[in-house]
Amino acid sequence: MLVHRQARFGLLHDWGMRIGVLLFALVVFIAVFGGQLSSQSPYATVGIPGAAPGGGHLLGLDFEGRDVLARVLHGGVSTLALAASATVLVYALGISFGLLAGYSRSVIDPLLMRTVDVILSIPSLLLMLLFVTGLGGGRPVMVVAAAVVLFPGAARIVRSATLEVSTRGFVEAAVARGESTLATLWREVLPNIVPPIAADMGLRFSWSIILISSVNFLGLGIRPPEPDWGLLISENLVILPSNPLAVVAPAAMIGLMIIGVNLICDGIIRALSRGDR
Amino acid sequence: MATMITGTQIDADRSTAPVTRSIRHPFVRFLGRRLAAGVVTLWVVSVFIFVATNVLPGNVAEVVLGHNATPERIQALNVKMGYDHPMIQRYFTWIVGILHGDFGKSAVAVALSQVETSVSSTLVSPLLNSLILGGITALLLVPLTLLLGALAGIYARRSPDLAISTPALVFGGLPEFVTGTLLIFIFFSVLHLLPPTSGFSPGQSPLTDVGRLVLPVLTLLGVALGAGVRQVRAGMIETLQREYVQYARLNGIPERRVLFRYTLRNALAPSVQIIAQNMQYLFGGIIVVESVFDYPGIGQYIVNAVLARDTAKVEAAAIIIAAVYTLINIAADFVVVLLVPKLRTAVA
Amino acid sequence: MTTTTESVPALELRDIRIELGSGVPVVDGVSLTIRKGEIVGLVGESGSGKTTTALSIFGLTGNALRLAGGEVVLAGQPLRDEAAFRRARGRVVSYVPQNPGAALNPSLRIGSAIDDVLSAGSADRSLRAHLLDCVGLPSDRSFVLRFPHQLSGGQQQRVCIAGAIASGPSLVVLDEPTTGLDVVTQARILRELERLRDREHVAMLYITHDLAVAAQIADTIAVMYAGELVERGPAPTVLRTPRHPYTRGLMASTPDHVRRRTLEVMQGIAVGVGGRPEGCSFAPRCPQVLETCVTEHPALLETSPGHTVRCPEWRRTPPMEWATLRLDAARDAPLGGAANRSRPVALEVRNLRAEYPGRRGNLTVVRDVSFTLEQSACLALVGESGSGKTTIARVIAGLHPIAAGEVLLEGEALASYASRRTVEQRRQIQIIFQNPAEALNPRASVGAAIARPAQLLRGLTRSEARAEVSRLLEAVRLPARFAARYPRELSGGECQRVAIARALAANPSVMVCDEITSALDVSVQAVVLDLLRDLRRRTGLSMIFITHDLGVVATVADEVLVLEQGTICEQGETGRVLMDPQHPYTRSLLAAAPSLSDSIAEWESVAAGRPLSSDVVMQGPP
Repeated sequence: MLVHRQARFGLLHDWGMRIGVLLFALVVFIAVFGGQLSSQSPYATVGIPGAAPGGGHLLGLDFEGRDVLARVLHGGVSTLALAASATVLVYALGISFGLLAGYSRSVIDPLLMRTVDVILSIPSLLLMLLFVTGLGGGRPVMVVAAAVVLFPGAARIVRSATLEVSTRGFVEAAVARGESTLATLWREVLPNIVPPIAADMGLRFSWSIILISSVNFLGLGIRPPEPDWGLLISENLVILPSNPLAVVAPAAMIGLMIIGVNLICDGIIRALSRGDR
Repeated sequence: MATMITGTQIDADRSTAPVTRSIRHPFVRFLGRRLAAGVVTLWVVSVFIFVATNVLPGNVAEVVLGHNATPERIQALNVKMGYDHPMIQRYFTWIVGILHGDFGKSAVAVALSQVETSVSSTLVSPLLNSLILGGITALLLVPLTLLLGALAGIYARRSPDLAISTPALVFGGLPEFVTGTLLIFIFFSVLHLLPPTSGFSPGQSPLTDVGRLVLPVLTLLGVALGAGVRQVRAGMIETLQREYVQYARLNGIPERRVLFRYTLRNALAPSVQIIAQNMQYLFGGIIVVESVFDYPGIGQYIVNAVLARDTAKVEAAAIIIAAVYTLINIAADFVVVLLVPKLRTAVA
Repeated sequence: MTTTTESVPALELRDIRIELGSGVPVVDGVSLTIRKGEIVGLVGESGSGKTTTALSIFGLTGNALRLAGGEVVLAGQPLRDEAAFRRARGRVVSYVPQNPGAALNPSLRIGSAIDDVLSAGSADRSLRAHLLDCVGLPSDRSFVLRFPHQLSGGQQQRVCIAGAIASGPSLVVLDEPTTGLDVVTQARILRELERLRDREHVAMLYITHDLAVAAQIADTIAVMYAGELVERGPAPTVLRTPRHPYTRGLMASTPDHVRRRTLEVMQGIAVGVGGRPEGCSFAPRCPQVLETCVTEHPALLETSPGHTVRCPEWRRTPPMEWATLRLDAARDAPLGGAANRSRPVALEVRNLRAEYPGRRGNLTVVRDVSFTLEQSACLALVGESGSGKTTIARVIAGLHPIAAGEVLLEGEALASYASRRTVEQRRQIQIIFQNPAEALNPRASVGAAIARPAQLLRGLTRSEARAEVSRLLEAVRLPARFAARYPRELSGGECQRVAIARALAANPSVMVCDEITSALDVSVQAVVLDLLRDLRRRTGLSMIFITHDLGVVATVADEVLVLEQGTICEQGETGRVLMDPQHPYTRSLLAAAPSLSDSIAEWESVAAGRPLSSDVVMQGPP
């Protein structure tokens, strides 16, 4: 009772959570507004490839002599936007399939769960690459591919939460008084499966970032000369000896963003387990 | 294995059948069932792989030929590769070939009119290399996950836990290419200790220069270990709160025994499942890690094939990886059944 | 321990105080002595601190708690540090858990589990066979090689008891050891425990919420309320002449199947941790409260040798007159057997069969069940877990398909699923479930929960429904301001009353109550049962009441239907079935169910120096 309320207020009293929110906010800010902050063009060659920091170039120059800072500031928005769209799609699919499977207990359930098993028996990055092989590495393809890879897990979580909730008295009471399936799901089930979903959603967002930036890193997604954090790392690996910052800076951005998201998820899970007691 | 022996006693007691016959029979049957299910899954996976890589027909020849593409050449390549046949027929040719160990022809090799077009022969060396990389990692991964996870769980919220969990949280979440490049930066750029790449000349075994394996293995470990340790720790904490642990303590069972016989023993099975799941990271991770370190394994093979749209190679590598992954999961299921008496007796 | 002599008590608790980290006491000033060969029943409702007290004997108080004062003396040895407690655990004092299924290590065979305790107590392993024999379990190879999951609940509990007595401890602490078991198994375990006390002279601390069980097993009874002992004394004395108003209230709230009677209701709810008032903890609920009770904390007073009570006004506590508590005539009259045969039938079940899909074909859980429910009657379905009683409830409510047979509402056959029934049919049948914590949608306010059926099934407008909510809250004796509350702000009993209000909102003719009081404390159960009785009298509602508790049956039902593995084995007017059971299964259930009034009648007749006559025991409604 009381504990529940404390847990909600307690979210920001949690140190891990605070750091997570801070990191995430910082990286998102850079990704979204970085383009406007940068005074230099991310495409213009301005000096010797792989030049170390200096001469107005805080992070030095990349393998084609472009300003690394400008490219880092411009390179976050693509991954962030793709991962966010993928997460939305993941949950649009995950919630519909999960609710359906968990609530109907008809043929849909085993059918869906077997499909999930099949998708989960292929390593996720490999699955991404299969789509890219067949459809090319365009942005829509990456979003859809990441969604297909990640939604089964989400559907599974939604399904088991739904299964658990739908045996409770208040749901049965709704069924017994003849509420429509949609109304029951919307009013009785959905509001009560939000907590486990919230934590999982964060994790899936960080997995979307990983998958999409991995594809970009492998050079199979976003094409040069577009700046993208994943791509920046791989294209600049050749100049690592002369200007390591060209590699380390984008790697750090991706790393900090994911650590931030994971810390937030951890905080949510901790808060939930406190609330349960 | 102790559990195997004890497992047989109960069978002997519960059935009147001759002891020798009832010993392995149920487990063999369970394994058979599980393998059959695995084969079915793999078959569906094969359809999935084939469809995903062939959604856009005709596209392949165009991409493979690149600048040399003329309608005639595309037509000729399509005929040579069999792309002009209906998809179902092509699928069956492909899957029957695989069952005979023939993974088809490389479109690139055919387009370039190379003598050797068979995909199968190109698979051996990268597979072996990846097996070495993955094997070494797995050998370190399994005991380390259990050990560090259990320690963190036992010392939950005390300093040993913090020392284990904090790096696990940081590295467990990072993509392999981030960990990999940071490791290169530290060990190569800063410390000048290790080479930045792990390229080997064709035919050279990675085992001849173990130093080059250090960074790839560390990268893979960091990611899979991080995720696994956190989950094993959570499982350990959960087991420590179980009633039977409390009950054992109340009835004066010595703490060491409470830890080993009551806690660790029951936390083991869920941990095995966790490790099997984390093999998923390892398999995906190998693809990226091999690219980061330029390691000539199946991951790089697949990336190059995707870049070249060499469909047959992608399909071959994908189905092999899926098969190995499925096998590992079956093995893990089997170990779990052996470890959990309730499941064991249900099987038997 | 062999050094223990008759004169040294097995356990002495001296002024135990256990606090939360914040210093708020959870258990305060508890002193208790247990002699060798004595069974002390520690009785109290949830949150009274009985388990916490028991754990303090082991020096383990749980995460957030600490032992802030007092002393534990086991077999004459004061335990002052963790090392002393550790040495005592399993050797001098041992523990039998509430839930044996969860307390046994799932990966240890029964034999190894007992060997573990034996070697922990440095006792000889060859004792194993003897121990198993002591608790009535076989000790052959095939049995000791089993895993816990291969045993029944009763067998698991015997294994735990065998483990607890393994090292010949001075004291065994039993924490609600039979709560999860069915009555027949419970009776068997209680007999084993009595035998152990008589043969091995083991002292036991038996924790229970059930006065009837305590009356049956305990030599001494100690009653806890809000972390304090409020009454303590020999079981016959305490239960024949309860001196604390709380003890008396508990007794009056406890249903009894031997002597049917109306329950008395205790006002208010138990104080929670930290909510203890300055004076007497029970003062806010006490019917005989004085001004001094609110300001002064009462001390334990001796009323007769060995009988102490924490109430200065104990002389004013009215005696328990079983006769005055008999079922009141007003309710008894219309419920007589043949008199009301002409009443119209509200619901009829004909040859019902219900199944669950199993791995090898369907599993029949209800077989050929037929009964009729007359208007404004209450029919009880009784049976142990797995008897199919809940499935019947679900079928009637339209939550489980009918495999064969039919369910008729006012003569009309109902469709299997609620969604296929007419609005009117759905309105007329309402169901209430067992678990109060899951009865209400945590995300909906009480008002919204109650208003919904009124709008959906009776077509009320939003404002009409809102007015109806206040009326219904009043009907279940809750203040109207509760409409704005959320389930997490309510206690279990309050949740269940809101669930009743939600069912009433449909203005039903048949209410199906599925074990609705079994998760509640007895005093709360009494409130809910009283409420239902009142509702029936006022509205003429018919009720199907599903329960495993024969005392509850005796309290609420006009007719009873005894189910065994999905079939009806006995059916009839409640008084007749309870007093004169025909079917052997009904007889075994009745024989096994503990009765508070029976224990008291037995003590009375012993005190009066005359043998137990059957008419005293079988006294029931005419």
